[in-house]
Amino acid sequence: MLQTQTRKDRFTLLKKNLSTFWGVYRENTMGIAGLVILLFFALMALVGPHLVTYTGEIEGAEMVLQPPSAAHWLGTDDLGRDVFAGVVVGSRISLLVGLAATVISMVIGAIIGIAAGYYGKTVDTILMRFTDIFLVIPWLPLMLVMAALLGPSLGNIIFVIGITGWAGTARIIRSQTLSIKERPYVERARAIGSGDLHIMVHHILPNVFPLIFANTILVAAVAILSETTLSFLGMGDPTRMSWGMMLHFAFEMGAVSFGAWWWLIPPGVCVVLVVLGFTFIGYALDEVLNPKLRRR
Amino acid sequence: MTLLEVNDLTTYYKLKEGRVRACEGVSLRLEKGEALGLVGESASGKTTVALSLIKLLPENASIAGGSIKLDGKELVTAAEEEMRKIRWKEISIIFQGAMNALNPVRTVGDQIAETLKIHDKLTDREAWQRTRALFEKVEIDPDRVREYPHEFSGGMRQRAMIAMAIACNPRLVIGDEPTTALDVMVQAQVLQLLQQLREEIEMGLILITHDLSVVGETCDKVAVMYAGQIAEYGPTEEVFTRPAHPYTRALIAAFPDIEGERALASSIPGNPPNLLYPPPGCRFHERCSEAKPLCREAQPRTININNHHYASCHLLDRQVKSCRA
Amino acid sequence: MQSLVSVDQLEVHFAVRTGFMQSMFGKETPVVRAVDGVSFELGKGEILCLAGESGSGKTTTGKAILRLVEPTGGKVLYEGEDVRSYNRLRLRAFRQEAQIIFQDPYESLNPRQTVFSTVAEPLEVNNLCRSLAEKEERVAQALVDAGLHNPRELFLRYPHELSGGQRQRLAIAGALVLDPKFIVADEPVSMLDLSIRAGILKLMVDLRDKKGIGYLFITHDLSLAWLVSDRIAIMYLGKIVELGSADKVIKEPLHPYTRALVSVIPTPRRKVITQQSLLKGETPDPVNVPAGCRFHPRCPEAKPRCREAVPLYREVRPGHFAACHLLDS
Repeated sequence: MLQTQTRKDRFTLLKKNLSTFWGVYRENTMGIAGLVILLFFALMALVGPHLVTYTGEIEGAEMVLQPPSAAHWLGTDDLGRDVFAGVVVGSRISLLVGLAATVISMVIGAIIGIAAGYYGKTVDTILMRFTDIFLVIPWLPLMLVMAALLGPSLGNIIFVIGITGWAGTARIIRSQTLSIKERPYVERARAIGSGDLHIMVHHILPNVFPLIFANTILVAAVAILSETTLSFLGMGDPTRMSWGMMLHFAFEMGAVSFGAWWWLIPPGVCVVLVVLGFTFIGYALDEVLNPKLRRR
Repeated sequence: MTLLEVNDLTTYYKLKEGRVRACEGVSLRLEKGEALGLVGESASGKTTVALSLIKLLPENASIAGGSIKLDGKELVTAAEEEMRKIRWKEISIIFQGAMNALNPVRTVGDQIAETLKIHDKLTDREAWQRTRALFEKVEIDPDRVREYPHEFSGGMRQRAMIAMAIACNPRLVIGDEPTTALDVMVQAQVLQLLQQLREEIEMGLILITHDLSVVGETCDKVAVMYAGQIAEYGPTEEVFTRPAHPYTRALIAAFPDIEGERALASSIPGNPPNLLYPPPGCRFHERCSEAKPLCREAQPRTININNHHYASCHLLDRQVKSCRA
Repeated sequence: MQSLVSVDQLEVHFAVRTGFMQSMFGKETPVVRAVDGVSFELGKGEILCLAGESGSGKTTTGKAILRLVEPTGGKVLYEGEDVRSYNRLRLRAFRQEAQIIFQDPYESLNPRQTVFSTVAEPLEVNNLCRSLAEKEERVAQALVDAGLHNPRELFLRYPHELSGGQRQRLAIAGALVLDPKFIVADEPVSMLDLSIRAGILKLMVDLRDKKGIGYLFITHDLSLAWLVSDRIAIMYLGKIVELGSADKVIKEPLHPYTRALVSVIPTPRRKVITQQSLLKGETPDPVNVPAGCRFHPRCPEAKPRCREAVPLYREVRPGHFAACHLLDS
């Protein structure tokens, strides 16, 4: 007997959905460019650290602040460490912090947004005023204060970035929820006896999901920037190399006055490229998932 | 005198998957002051015909062939510049959703006066005077010109749309489902108004609708569209009392009639074809109860049944009949 | 006939939101009287049609019976029990037996649910199936009952891959899967093309004949009402003005409003619109309900009394009810 919910059928369904999505997405030049950039950095973060040797140990004094050469493609820093290897190793922490913080803020934003939009009235008022507070607090000082209070560790950085970034998402999700909960299929779900949680999980969430997804990508760009900023300002975990940390050390040690451009520019360019990659994908997804914006 | 003559009009939409043949080989004729009903179900191409006539097609659509002559003037080849002058002054259109077609943040009168100022180059005072006169003509209290669309009821909004369409005294008005969203009583009022106006200002009217009764009520002639082509064409009374095409017959049979027997009519089986891949032969053959093998192979010719009554069906074709015999 | 649903003086009033200033100065908040004292009975396996123009309160009545909109007054008895007194648990059980079909098959189906999960959802929500095989069996059966053959081929399709008629059948299957005794059908065919309407209506009537489902059929189309229903109730501004057997209401209408509506029932074969048959104006806003008989400002036969006293809704002829002063002589 044919079974619908077997693995094979779920797989067929997933494949069908993905191929439909890919069919539209691949028409989008911006989206493809963003995807290529991000795949490059993802690959760098995943396999890069196994290919380069970066000890973090101090090398010989003659190796300090060498300009780019065949041995050191991007030169060396003030401790004689290879900058190229630093960039490769740092990509892992930068991306990890960015993505983990994004997941946190999306989960908070989605829960608060859906709950506020679905229940409305008092719940909405309380949750939205709470959101407004997070929306208007200057996030950089808040992050700095929280990072200073909690101490510089990787987990704390992720937490601080995640907890400050959800407010915009919550607002967007709430307004979409408001419109979806008035659709007849939500009323139909109520008519068959579904509870609130069931409706939120099975009817509202799948329909706001494209929005959450498109928004996640844009939040990720901000999160990576935030990580760079925090690390640059010295609030990062000094034992783990990230692009922000590299910039921090380069600035502290006076790379500018030494004219050591090879130390400053590569991590900076990486941050810009990753942020650009996320933003491209974000806009592309917005266009693909929102048929109203889709060009004919 | 012939006002509008459409010959072999063909309009395609370009999609990624290919060409959608939304309107193929459509020919119509409209005398001065006459009303023509264009009926068809959803996706039969009736709106495409309307948009082609005033050349307001979406970007991915284009007229691929045929001719549209308004008073002998060819419109298919006319430049956009020229069309802009013709639109509203000579041909105007009443859209379906009056709420969407009116700008919610400007008063109704303002929007009509603007049309007059642009097209008839009237001064502010003249335009407002005309607007008030137009309101009276469509039976709305002229003192309400300064009100916003949301202050109007559904029927009044549709009347305002009509006022806007007739503002520049066009010779041809196209109504795209003008009464669809309205209640029966309001629909009847609006149809009666259209009828009155037509007699008063001698305008030609093309009424696009899915509702046979609307056509029966207001139109002299009717064209029944199916899958982008005209299945049957002729004087309304003749077509509705002696339908020649199987599709028209099925459509009329499906219309509930309180004078008739109290039983549910049979519906037409199946669905209209996808116009990306129209079926070969007669486009209706897959749903036709009387289809013959020939219908699957060859496109039917347009047969003249008697004066001004035409239908495209193999079953009516004497040549085909004699061949088979 | 045994009564399935009995509605007694049902009322649904909504408060209109007003500005802050208005409530500051103690102005009374206006109330929309969407449904204002509606009473009728629906027998087991009966099709009762609620007909009227937009704004007459027919949809709100249907939703209030299922408590999708909370009634503000009156009683709704389902098999003798008051629906308004149900607690959460009992309401859930009631909603397995009483279903609704919506007007727009494009909007009433979740675009991100497959055919299978749309129909299976009611079973899952109510924990009605022990095994997956049983669930599949019931989903397939419901789809077949709704006239969708080869149901298993449709399981993994999405609503947008179906035609309008198929979608409405899918929505009906979603209601049938729970074996309901009562269905509110809110304009089930008004968004569909004429050529496929009859098929859907036939399906609904067949289901009544086979399963004894009682329908509250809500429509603005009187000729459809006449075709499918046993009795017709005509609503105007939140009240029933006339109720009787389908033939009597359409062929021998008592109320002037019904007469006017019947006179403009569209038909392609003859012209029905004449100056005399048209009512003036449109249905007023249910915020400012006219005093006396609600219909008097538009009634061609209104007498001075109609402006003052509310007419009594009574049995004018056996089984034929109406509310009009002109019938009281």
